[in-house]
Amino acid sequence: MKLEKSLQWIDDRTGLVKQIEAIAAHPAAPGVKWKYVFGSAVLTAFIMQVVTGIGLLTTYVPSAGGAFESLRYITDKAPLGAFLRGMHFWGASMMVVLITAHVLRVFLMGSFKFPRELNWTSGVLLLATTLAMAFCGQIVRWDQNAVFGIVAAAKMAAHVPLIGPWLARFIIGGDVVGTYTLSRIFDLHVFVLPILLASLIGLHVHLVLRNGVSEPPVPGRGVDPATYRSDYRDMLRKEGVPFWPTVVLRDFTFAIGVVIVVLLLAWLIGPAKLDNPPDPSLINAHPRPDWYFWWLFALLALLPHSLENYFMVLTPLVIGLVLFSVPLVSNRGERHPARRPLAVAAVVFILSAIVALTVAGWNEDWSPRIDAPPLSAKIIGASSGPVYEGAMVFNKMGCLFCHTIEGHGGTRGPELTWIADRLTRDQMTLRIMNGVYNMPVFGRILSTRQTENLLDFLSTRNKSGFAKGQQQ
Amino acid sequence: MKIDDDNRAVRSGEEDPGRRRFLAGLGVAAGSLIAIMAGLPVISYILLPVSRKMHRQWVSVGPADRFTVGETVLVSFENPSARPWAGVTGKTGAWVRRVGDSDFIAFVLNCSHLGCPVSWEATPKLFFCPCHGSVYYEDGTVAAGPAPFPLQRFRVRVRGEQVELQTRPLPFTETA
Repeated sequence: MKLEKSLQWIDDRTGLVKQIEAIAAHPAAPGVKWKYVFGSAVLTAFIMQVVTGIGLLTTYVPSAGGAFESLRYITDKAPLGAFLRGMHFWGASMMVVLITAHVLRVFLMGSFKFPRELNWTSGVLLLATTLAMAFCGQIVRWDQNAVFGIVAAAKMAAHVPLIGPWLARFIIGGDVVGTYTLSRIFDLHVFVLPILLASLIGLHVHLVLRNGVSEPPVPGRGVDPATYRSDYRDMLRKEGVPFWPTVVLRDFTFAIGVVIVVLLLAWLIGPAKLDNPPDPSLINAHPRPDWYFWWLFALLALLPHSLENYFMVLTPLVIGLVLFSVPLVSNRGERHPARRPLAVAAVVFILSAIVALTVAGWNEDWSPRIDAPPLSAKIIGASSGPVYEGAMVFNKMGCLFCHTIEGHGGTRGPELTWIADRLTRDQMTLRIMNGVYNMPVFGRILSTRQTENLLDFLSTRNKSGFAKGQQQ
Repeated sequence: MKIDDDNRAVRSGEEDPGRRRFLAGLGVAAGSLIAIMAGLPVISYILLPVSRKMHRQWVSVGPADRFTVGETVLVSFENPSARPWAGVTGKTGAWVRRVGDSDFIAFVLNCSHLGCPVSWEATPKLFFCPCHGSVYYEDGTVAAGPAPFPLQRFRVRVRGEQVELQTRPLPFTETA
């Protein structure tokens, strides 16, 4: 009784209690089942990011000279520090995964069609802002990786016509990476982007409540803007299920799972490893982005080099335009994926490309393996003479960084274990002396004697020769 | 109740619609004025470091006799224009090679592709980039990989016994 009275009093003064009750009681489309849990799970992940972020900020120091030390303290010394960093890191990954799943669900089920076009548009902005947050998060982890990450981002921005260099300077806050760089990225990560995200979430939720959650698509029953709204209202009146508790409980169940997974990952794997200090004069670097940008990282290594100038500017532009234009191109008609083969094909293509590029980014085949262990005498099959001398050239002159022989060496160039079965001595000479795409001109580097020895060695790399070498 | 009365007054045309439109415009103008007055200093403050050109300075990287002719070595120096709270971020590195008695070459560390730091391998005389596999010859020209340009160089001079480099902005931030 007392509670009811207080609620009445509050509602009389604010009007909020009745509004919240109305939202809770509103009927949702029937059949809104587990496929519909991703949106609210993104919200859960976002709230978790805000809370863990606030926690980390009680210790993190946003200065170019202090950030790394404070991160080291949080990770190695502060009680629960590594765990909190882990939650924030895996929470970010989770948010990227969930928002992607949500976008895919909405796209495949045609939920972006009339009258939910702007639900989609605000969702695209949320996706872009989330990825921007993820990138900035990687930069405020102010280690060597971060320094070269922001340099790479600025370099890409520098390709924009006319304002490119200005844009690059804007991103790093001047001519060189330093004090201004971290402070402005921190500003973005902690104030500007979160406020933008929260506002967009507010708009998105408002639109979801206003237009209702889309009913599961039925093949053959398309969207007709003239009748959709009244049909939808009729359906809700006849078969609607209460949002609270029926729909919400499913959301909560899934969200609990999300939080548990994040906690487990934070506990079992922990936060992203801190790289070397953010010292731009250190060269023992191995810069690479966090996993959600590996596809881009791979693309930048594997594209034909002449296309890169266009790629760096046009790709974000094209992706943005395509995403924004989805509901403009098709806001009516079939919603069921079985009747939209092109839409399904597009998703399959894009997902396969991203997965394949992510795997390539993980393998990093293009990276020269400067620390590759040299070929052993057993592999060489000789301990003196021209073949041995040639193998030493192979070991020392950088061939090994990019070419593998029997499991030793890099993977940038073709494997050379059986090269003599594939190429004649003349063909090898041509490639070594003149270089090829992605291979230096070794005619500039090797002496005639070294080249001859190297050719002697490579000529033994055939299946029969190998067998002979094994017998010795 | 009172609001309804006002609305009725508007609807019945007791208030001049032209006056109403003018007042609405005035409201928008006032709001914009506030936003501009408060926003301009902030925006200028944020853009200031973007427009300020770097002051190039000569920095010593050690006595000349510490460099052997023909050898390429990594040097690092404090950027004199770095802020006091820059920490190790205020450092800059360079690959310096002595080619003659008072003749030096100094390469920027950053790969011309996406700016990762290149490593010098003395035996094959090549620079390797760890990020996307760009390779440069000893003169800094591109040997392989996605790098679009040769490695940039610092200006070098010998003053007294000291080898000095001239600080420079990251190559791609220059408008020239």
